[in-house]
Amino acid sequence: MPVPEPALSVRGVSHAFGRVQALDNVSLSVAPGSFTALLGVNGAGKTTLFSLITRLYDNVSGEIRVFGHDVRRRPGPALAALGVVFQSRALDRDLTVRQNLAYHAALHGLTRAQTWARTEGLVDRVGLTEQIDTPVSALSGGQARRAEIARALLHAPHLLLLDEATVGLDVRSRREVLGTVRELVAEENVGVLWATHLFDEIAPEDDAVVLHRGRVLATGTARDIARGGDLASAFLDMTGLEPAEGRL
Amino acid sequence: MNPERRLGWRGRMRALEGIVWREGLRFLRQRERFLSALVRPLVWLFIFAAGFRAVLGISITPPYETYVLYEVYVTPGLCAMIQLFNGMQSSLSMVYDRETGAMRTLLVSPFPRWFLLSAKLAAGVAVSLLQVYAFLAIAWFWGVEPPPWGYVAALPALVLSGLMLGALGLLISSTIRQLENFAGVMNFVIFPMFFASSALYPLWRMAEASPLLHDICALNPFTHAVELIRFALYLEVNWLSLAVVLGCGLAFLAAAIYAYDPSKGMIGRRGPTR
Repeated sequence: MPVPEPALSVRGVSHAFGRVQALDNVSLSVAPGSFTALLGVNGAGKTTLFSLITRLYDNVSGEIRVFGHDVRRRPGPALAALGVVFQSRALDRDLTVRQNLAYHAALHGLTRAQTWARTEGLVDRVGLTEQIDTPVSALSGGQARRAEIARALLHAPHLLLLDEATVGLDVRSRREVLGTVRELVAEENVGVLWATHLFDEIAPEDDAVVLHRGRVLATGTARDIARGGDLASAFLDMTGLEPAEGRL
Repeated sequence: MNPERRLGWRGRMRALEGIVWREGLRFLRQRERFLSALVRPLVWLFIFAAGFRAVLGISITPPYETYVLYEVYVTPGLCAMIQLFNGMQSSLSMVYDRETGAMRTLLVSPFPRWFLLSAKLAAGVAVSLLQVYAFLAIAWFWGVEPPPWGYVAALPALVLSGLMLGALGLLISSTIRQLENFAGVMNFVIFPMFFASSALYPLWRMAEASPLLHDICALNPFTHAVELIRFALYLEVNWLSLAVVLGCGLAFLAAAIYAYDPSKGMIGRRGPTR
């Protein structure tokens, strides 16, 4: 049987801002329909990696492929196959949820009929039906996050990147956002790369990648990385961080 | 939703439509932006021009076939001024979008970046045309009455000048890191471009005052935007201005696309953006 193409394949990627080495020979992969946690404290290089995958920055060393499409050589098909939720909010605050989604749909070439058909279902899925015509500025943090997830899914991507998607949310909203994403993995076979520094968001059976100071320190299931103990302790051992630095 | 089909020309037309629609929505939401875009040239027309008509006579100068009132002379320059400010406003909104993160929605679209930036530019021009024609309608009641077909003939000239000034705004936005730095644009771009041009006084008057200043004004692309509009409003073509506006527009756009290209330009090299 042919081996399925990884949803995301990152091989030997390095990136520097001047003299600051943000990523150093990073390799990881996300299988289709899997939840992969990218675990690292602030400054580990998670956002830089996301920016390289989404072509906000150019990757000059190494290779990044989305379902086999090299993001440098064929950015169009690669970007069409992925959805992304950035760490900082990227919705137009003055537009309504529906208008934000319509704008995103147009930017991905969806017809009006496709936009209408997808919008209602997705907004319902993330529990924002009542807020669909509400300006984003009037939404709570959790609602805005869920609107961003709906937007990222509008063009039916098979890979979803979420960069610290629960930062700044209360416990209930965090649980809702994470629950929505895990449902997508289970029910729609969407591959997810979930960047976080919060250990309680990672289940033992999840694939995980530990990124620290631009380097990958460990890959495998969270259970394997934890080596029979708890993930937080294993992470601190690996990185040499104090608990306060690890934001536990 | 076949991605290959989505990325074809129909998809691009949808993206263009979406970008123009969003720009239009923002414009409608910001009514004060429309008002200020109108008030600025109207103040020049009603107050500045009224004062200057007494001291500044405009002799026969192409494309005018006779002596004209100062209000008539200054109107094409004020149309170009609206587009200059609109181009810089678009630039400001690009910087704002980059600071707030909304820019990434645009830049992670699967369409080529040159296309996205051109679409953004087209959207800005569409907004500037609304402003210019609203101004020309008010100017008509003030006695500035070019030939009726001049309003139609001016449209392609306004599109070209709007594209050139908008492309300049895009290029400037790629070099500005923070919104706070934008005030410099007013001092170093808008004012010099506007005052060192033929918008307020004919170039031969400049030559009388200072040959060097005349040469600077003659080299200023904004002068050629003004002259292109002026000639078109009176059903003539200023070929030199047309060539300069086209050439500068293409050069500014190419430089902006280069600056926004992650593999070549400045955006990806300068470290993390939000």
